[in-house]
Amino acid sequence: MLCQKCKKNSATVHLTDLIKGEKREKHLCESCAAEEGVAVKQHVSITDVLNSFLMSQAAVQELAQLKCPECGMSFVEFRSQGLLGCPNDYDAFGETLANIIAKTQNGQTHHTGKQPGQAAVTDPRQQERHRLHRELREAVEMEDYRKAARLRDQLAEFDKS
Amino acid sequence: MNIDDLTQSTGEWLATGGPMGDVVISSRIRLARNLANHSFLTRASRNERAEIERALFEAITACDFGQKTFYVNIDKTDLLDRQLLVERHLISRQHAEGEGNRGVAISSTETFALMINEEDHLRIQVLRRGLNLDEAWSETTRVDAAIEALVEFAFHKRYGYLTACPTNVGTGLRVSVMLHLPALKLTNEIEKVFRAARDMHLAVRGLYGEGTDALGDFYQISNQTTLGQSEQEILSSFKDHVIPSIVKYEQEARRMLQRDRLTALDDKVFRALGLLENARSMSTEEALFLLSHLRMGVVLERIKHIPLTDINDLFLAIQSAHLQKRQGEVLDGERRSVARAELLRTRLARKHASQN
Repeated sequence: MLCQKCKKNSATVHLTDLIKGEKREKHLCESCAAEEGVAVKQHVSITDVLNSFLMSQAAVQELAQLKCPECGMSFVEFRSQGLLGCPNDYDAFGETLANIIAKTQNGQTHHTGKQPGQAAVTDPRQQERHRLHRELREAVEMEDYRKAARLRDQLAEFDKS
Repeated sequence: MNIDDLTQSTGEWLATGGPMGDVVISSRIRLARNLANHSFLTRASRNERAEIERALFEAITACDFGQKTFYVNIDKTDLLDRQLLVERHLISRQHAEGEGNRGVAISSTETFALMINEEDHLRIQVLRRGLNLDEAWSETTRVDAAIEALVEFAFHKRYGYLTACPTNVGTGLRVSVMLHLPALKLTNEIEKVFRAARDMHLAVRGLYGEGTDALGDFYQISNQTTLGQSEQEILSSFKDHVIPSIVKYEQEARRMLQRDRLTALDDKVFRALGLLENARSMSTEEALFLLSHLRMGVVLERIKHIPLTDINDLFLAIQSAHLQKRQGEVLDGERRSVARAELLRTRLARKHASQN
């Protein structure tokens, strides 16, 4: 269906108005709808935000320098693929990244949810089991089969208790 | 337990029932986590990737989740088995098609699956049938806490849990509810749901998540915002507002069809049944489309001789990897279509005969 107003683009916005009890339908393309003052909310993807990130020449030069000292990921690289290189990027890319995060996260800038260990009940039994598993693997890797056999028996014993 | 055992059943979460089971197929919760002191996967060397997999595998093995898990090394798994895991929603397409050291730990009842080295180091996924976010969430926190007691996750004072893509940062929580909305589709009201969802910053996707079509009138609704809201706030907006209102729309549309357009409804339903019972060759798309109409007919009791469990089971059984696993051989597209039609005829005819 073509836009009723410009009759050029295809109509993607469909409106129903009730005027004096009479139903009137309007079919518009996005730009005509915008002219009519109808706001069309679009889903914003990370790549959209990254691509629409308009920059002045000075800012471009500054951003070209932006690089994480820990993983070597540059901001430009992040911009092209949408994925970060390491946890430190969140600090290394500073406010530039903070702005992008706010845009993709509906204006939110701070975590308010669960903190590490908050819900965790540290189970000493589980940690002991983990230690035995790790030592068993290390023993196998070192080809210390006597030790490995002992650890395997310990694990079996542990699981029974 | 291994991948072959999976094909013997439908998976706890896809069987029938569950709260609002006439419309809500499943509830899924996903947490994204990364190990502290490691690069994200975009920057991890082969060695580091292997190290991450090993550290997480060991932690998972040591955890007591209350049920057994089995580990699948995806890199060493053949294409058909990987596809099977995708069809069962145990791994993402991205994980199936990825490269390098990666895997998934699957619980024996398939209620949770832990993907290692997908986009993030760890993705905890918990599945439940129907609208059952409370139970899914309590299992999620149990699994998360058990693993977190053994490894350190990357966490930032301001941003919370850190993820490779900033769209997951904070809680790392993605809630997805899979809905069957045939009546809203038939009455051309589905666009309204999409628009309302977008206004609430929710994403609407197809059957297999990102970038997939809404096959068989199945739609996945999930949150976009992972930062600045607590896990409970995200969950409660789903279970208290978003989902119940969409379910109500769909139920109203179904009632309207029954009241005002019963002949048109029956025509759709019984045409679907006729084709499914008689066709000699059928693509996945066509089968999903027809099964969707059949499912609506069963839920609305226009068809009474087929139990809903059988339909839910068929949605899985007709998919390519499941079909080929059943036949025990790799089939080309044409032979798959023939095998699919045959499976449908057998399953549906058997039910017919036992009824009469």
